[in-house]
Amino acid sequence: MRKYIIKRLLLVIPMLIGISFLLFLVMHLSPSDPTAVRYGLNPEVSNSARENFNKLYGLDKPFLEQYLNWMGRFARMDFGNSFIDDAPVREKILSRLPATLLLEMVSLFVILLISLPLGITSAVKKGTKFDNISTITVFIGYAMPTFWLALVLIYIFGYKLEWFPISGMNPWYFQYLSGFDKIKDVLWHLVLPVAATSFGSLAVLSRYSRSSMIEIMEQQYIMTARAKGLTENRIIYVHALKNALLPVVTILGLSLPGLISGSFIFETIFAWPGMGRLGYEAIMNYDYPVVMGVSVMATLLTLFGILIADITYAFVDPRIRYERKK
Amino acid sequence: MFGIAIVIIMAAAAVFAPCIASHSPVDMNLSADNVLQPPSAEHIFGTDNLGRDVFSRMVYGARVSLSVGFIAVFISLVVGVFLGGLSGYYGGKIDAVIMRFVEIMYCFPTFFLIMMIISFLGPNIVNVMIIIGLTSWPGLCRLVRAEFLTLREREFVQAARVQRVPDLRIIFRHILPNAMGPVYVSATLSVGSAILVESALSFLGLGVQIPSPSWGNILTVGKNYIDYAWWLTVFPGVSILLTVLSFNLIGESLREMLDPRLKERKELDVIV
Repeated sequence: MRKYIIKRLLLVIPMLIGISFLLFLVMHLSPSDPTAVRYGLNPEVSNSARENFNKLYGLDKPFLEQYLNWMGRFARMDFGNSFIDDAPVREKILSRLPATLLLEMVSLFVILLISLPLGITSAVKKGTKFDNISTITVFIGYAMPTFWLALVLIYIFGYKLEWFPISGMNPWYFQYLSGFDKIKDVLWHLVLPVAATSFGSLAVLSRYSRSSMIEIMEQQYIMTARAKGLTENRIIYVHALKNALLPVVTILGLSLPGLISGSFIFETIFAWPGMGRLGYEAIMNYDYPVVMGVSVMATLLTLFGILIADITYAFVDPRIRYERKK
Repeated sequence: MFGIAIVIIMAAAAVFAPCIASHSPVDMNLSADNVLQPPSAEHIFGTDNLGRDVFSRMVYGARVSLSVGFIAVFISLVVGVFLGGLSGYYGGKIDAVIMRFVEIMYCFPTFFLIMMIISFLGPNIVNVMIIIGLTSWPGLCRLVRAEFLTLREREFVQAARVQRVPDLRIIFRHILPNAMGPVYVSATLSVGSAILVESALSFLGLGVQIPSPSWGNILTVGKNYIDYAWWLTVFPGVSILLTVLSFNLIGESLREMLDPRLKERKELDVIV
């Protein structure tokens, strides 16, 4: 098992190199020039100052050298300084990361909490009204432009009903709250962003757990269990459920890139102070170091999530472990 | 049937936009009694913050959504089928390289990559189409590869090989036509997701640029006036939802038609 984990961990490195190279290439090929972005049409900035800027950030070097330099600094977790305010990119990202992690973790939790029971009940009650309604809902969920759903949620629960706050995480009065009230306030602010973030994956995951459960219920060992005279509940929750959840773990891992992608949209809509919004703002400002830092962080997060899913899978499914041993 | 009907309506709106639109989609009218008006006989979907007719903007926006959907998927089809075919037919090193690349694309939050590339290349509809196309092929590629892996062992392929038919001809003339079924299904579903991506990009200001209308950028305006101009949010959102839903429904019924074994899918009869 340990060998398997180490092997999977080592696989992350070439992955990361590949992705960062791709990103670097894209950025290098882009026609917009960071010097022009930084100094724009400012006539006060002389050509030599521009050259100095290029030299300072190593933009005058050939492509491969720039990339290797960047990789070298990246290995030391140094992403350089922002073009906009000279703040170190690492600090910028680290200060935004907790908000993103909080949002994503809570969303994942909500997704699991709703989609698994939904999918499994749907499978068990296949063909009933409940199943039909949930199938239709899931189908609409697949087609839902989730950023629009976010707007609808803001309109209904923010403006009309005034139940939940529509933006931000820590309002001005946050520092005056006591410990417990702080947690409550953050959760309060989380409701709408989490609802919007989790909706898409919710549909996908409940669909998968449904079809996986249906497949399992047709297996012979379930028939054996029935023949033994076990109660239906015992068959479903003890015999079938464990095996039905296996493929769901993989799908959960695969839905992570989507969740992280979503954070760029939803954090912008809900003014959530996370990494996604930082990335969006950096993109809009052509702030290359921040964009690179955020994309590497986002990739790392995704890879890490998929890794955890893989390891969990190997952990719960002994067949995988034995296969690797051979 | 529902799906096909909606797609036909949307396509008709897109093609005959100049005939259907009651007003110009870009002409502004800033007089106070014409700005942010709720739906009325004159403007059936109301007007936006610059007094533009929302219905006309929506009709022209259908052009954007559908053309981005189709062209992006066409590009991803070409790339995905080509690479998937090579990968599945040759196997070995070529397969390893292509599949590693596909895995990288799978692990990356693609939407961020698209945002990045578009902001650097400049946001416009052509770039949006190309970039969505060039980032959405990995799924198709895997699918084609899987089909090829089983098909390449079949007798007719061996027969062709024995006759010294060139590899590329075997790939595209002999194997590919047999692998197209699932590809059509996947492509239909991809049209829906391409439309979703385009509208999200336009919404964030990285897609079709104002004053050109698109469903996404009508929603951008809608977001700013969400507390009292509901029509700016409801109409474009519902059209995106319905269009994507329709493509997904068509894709699912295609799947059922092509593979009668999928009895499991029967439950979709409720909605298809």
